[in-house]
Amino acid sequence: MRNKLGLFLLSITSFYTSADWLDVNMPVGVTDISKEVFDLHMAIFFVTVAIGVIVFGFMFYSMWRYRRSNNKKPAKFKENHKLEILWTVIPTLILVAMAVPASITLKKIYDHEAEEGGMDIQVVGWQWKWQYKYLDEQVGNKPLSFFANLTTPPDQYEYNRVEKGENYLLEVDEEVVVPVNTPIRFLITSNDVIHSWYMSDFAVKQDAIPGFINVAKTTINEPGIYRGNCTELCGERHAYMPIVVRAVTKEEYDEWVAEKREAMEQLAFLTEKEWTADELYAQGEEIYKTRCAACHQVNGAGITGFYPALAGSEVVMNDKTGQIEILMEGIRGSQMQSFAEQLNEVDMAAVITFTRLAWNNDKQGDGTIVVPKDIVDYKKGDL
Amino acid sequence: MSAVIENHEHDHHGPQKGILRWLFTTNHKDIGTLYLWFSFLMFLTGGAMAMGIRAELFEPGLQLMDPIRYNQLVTMHGLIMIFGAVMPAFVGLANWLIPMQIGAPDMALPRMNNLSFWLLPSAFIILLSTAFMEGGMPGFGWTFYAPLSTNYPNIAYFVFAVHVMGVSSIMGSINVIVTIMNMRAPGMTLMQMPLFVWSWLITAYLLIAVMPVLAGAVTMLLMDAYFGTSFFDAAGGGDPVLFQHVFWFFGHPEVYIMILPAFGITSHIISTFSRKPLFGHSSMVYAMVSIAVLSFVVWAHHMFTVGMPLAAELFFMWATMIIAIPTGVKVFNWVATIFKGSITYETPMLFAIAFVVLFTIGGLSGLMLAITPADFQYHDTYFVVAHFHYVVVPGAIFSIMAAVYYWLPKWTGNMYDEKMGKLHFWLSFIGVNVTFFPQHFVGLAGMPRRYADYALQFAEWNAVSSIGAFLFGLSQLLFLYIVIKAVFAGKKATAQVWDGAEGLEWTVDSPAPYHTFETPPKVNG
Repeated sequence: MRNKLGLFLLSITSFYTSADWLDVNMPVGVTDISKEVFDLHMAIFFVTVAIGVIVFGFMFYSMWRYRRSNNKKPAKFKENHKLEILWTVIPTLILVAMAVPASITLKKIYDHEAEEGGMDIQVVGWQWKWQYKYLDEQVGNKPLSFFANLTTPPDQYEYNRVEKGENYLLEVDEEVVVPVNTPIRFLITSNDVIHSWYMSDFAVKQDAIPGFINVAKTTINEPGIYRGNCTELCGERHAYMPIVVRAVTKEEYDEWVAEKREAMEQLAFLTEKEWTADELYAQGEEIYKTRCAACHQVNGAGITGFYPALAGSEVVMNDKTGQIEILMEGIRGSQMQSFAEQLNEVDMAAVITFTRLAWNNDKQGDGTIVVPKDIVDYKKGDL
Repeated sequence: MSAVIENHEHDHHGPQKGILRWLFTTNHKDIGTLYLWFSFLMFLTGGAMAMGIRAELFEPGLQLMDPIRYNQLVTMHGLIMIFGAVMPAFVGLANWLIPMQIGAPDMALPRMNNLSFWLLPSAFIILLSTAFMEGGMPGFGWTFYAPLSTNYPNIAYFVFAVHVMGVSSIMGSINVIVTIMNMRAPGMTLMQMPLFVWSWLITAYLLIAVMPVLAGAVTMLLMDAYFGTSFFDAAGGGDPVLFQHVFWFFGHPEVYIMILPAFGITSHIISTFSRKPLFGHSSMVYAMVSIAVLSFVVWAHHMFTVGMPLAAELFFMWATMIIAIPTGVKVFNWVATIFKGSITYETPMLFAIAFVVLFTIGGLSGLMLAITPADFQYHDTYFVVAHFHYVVVPGAIFSIMAAVYYWLPKWTGNMYDEKMGKLHFWLSFIGVNVTFFPQHFVGLAGMPRRYADYALQFAEWNAVSSIGAFLFGLSQLLFLYIVIKAVFAGKKATAQVWDGAEGLEWTVDSPAPYHTFETPPKVNG
């Protein structure tokens, strides 16, 4: 309690010394389109400020000049046709002057055609993470693909138990690495509810809608790490599915792709290795924290009415095959998704083993573990 | 002879005693009072939820509630403020004022009037009862986008509550239209009607047009959730975007339902305290009609990021920008009314002036949002939250407060405490701006809305916003005190109340007798 109060006071004091008071405008961004959008924004902003200054200026002057103590006799006029025409026509002209450049920029944004030397990345929204599939980079017979999960630990956001890191809620385990100066088409869709892929620095915000593929094309001009968010309410952890894009040179990008390929080949070796329960438990615990704890909670107790408890669950304790099936297929009509694509065989086995051994489940249930080979067998239909 | 008949009528038509008076009343003044108190109760409930939201957002991290509870508060705050506070307050004002302003003895359909009020508390009991159920209150935002909402617990209660509210609104609207069309005092032409009456006539038509659309949307949702249909489920061949089209076809006119009566109120008050006739009475009417018509063809500007074709994006951008023209006309007319007036600044006038300024700020940020390419940046950030709160809080709600101060002496027979009224105004004015102005900043810097928790660079302005929200919220208790005080005591009001006021309601005594205009007044053409 005292610790909490201390942290609270600390946050109050750091509040006044911070420099973020000036972070009050839209970022200019790092694409040609984002710069155009910024210019449009500033133009319409100054137009509205000018209108405000003129209208309110005249209004405040009249309020002061014609206050009762200064003007006992009010005028009686009710209309003035010339004036009324004037204040219909002038705003119309201003609006046309704004709408024309806006329409031109919009047309540019709507150029969705694939370009020579460009690439396509499919973006899939899931509750509550993003999946990226590099459609032009094949590994085996499948595109290079991974999920990006929030890495900010719960201790930072729940009750502020520890101090927050610099990129609080804007950090993920897998960054989207892309080359600069390359036209990239993000093909955006969703696996469950509607999400929205928002990267302010690219002036891109496209809804991820199940059954639809929306296109956002962008060419990043400067290398760097760019952070964004989900901007369509998608349930409980809407605020916890950030986007991190790392734009690098073409050479660095090729190196990254090569590393990714190698890691995937490594996996085949790991699947065949003999695993001990302790190894699986340790690896599973890490995966549980990032992938499962959001709903089923760190202590496995779930949330009554929303997410079932895993601690003491009959399936988790005694039905090994049933549990594998739930993780592989998901449960239709609930928020339990299929993790078949999200976790490789090793991680899947590890996280299942963890849940079967943790929270006294091993004492109350059969205490069996799941090894990567079980998952491979399940996929083949042999389990 | 005629005196005998009048006495006879009065013997039989006084208010009943006790609680039955309020349960069975068919009197437009009683029903107006019920609506206004219900609305105020909901305003405090929704306001308490808003303060819960702002308390959680005071600093980054989850301090007071988990995100499930946070989403529930966001959702219920929206539903309660729109359907429980703003709309019923305007219906309450309509009940009190429309018959008195057109010289009618009561609303045309008094029994239906009673029913349309009593449906409202029933609807909110159904909606709020979910708070005590497993799974809790709806947490999918007041816009209840499918397919998030279709998988939510207790959605049937939400759907049923919305249906009941819709029935109540439709009955209220029918009553308003029938009353205005049939019961105007002899000689009062449509164009001579006071602007508040005009604004409600237009609003009532909007309500009748769009409430059934909302009913359709929630019914499809119910079917998807419980009867195996796939209207909005892509896996079953449905279309999640269809939901948004249907919802916003209701939702955009709904926005104007919450602002048109405010235009009417503001016009009366500014003219009264400037002691000058309203500038451009008929152009005000034309502007309101144009805004109402345009409200049906701009809905998809709420959906610029769903991936509509270019042609649709361009159409909705241009159509939205056109709304700025009639809205501008209204603002210019109010300014021209003030010009060369003989102005005093009593509390209603202060609220009305603040309405013009702050509503215009909300309108100007709306113009920015209409620019589609820029909307790709603004959409679903706090910039939008700032925009719509500027038009609803210092817009609709300030106009309601202005109306209460303006007509309270007519309702109670007592003047409210002017010093306290002014204090209430200034606290509210400062509170509202401290709350919502910084939200423009965090929105532009990229903070998404409906976030229980946020990145560190938004911390400072969020803290400022929370402090403002608590100031604004707590100041409303002062409003409650002022109104209660004026009901029981205060300087006696004359029939005229305000020296510059014009209209039939100022020709009857203060407080207005239980029955007014049993014999219609004569209005000169």
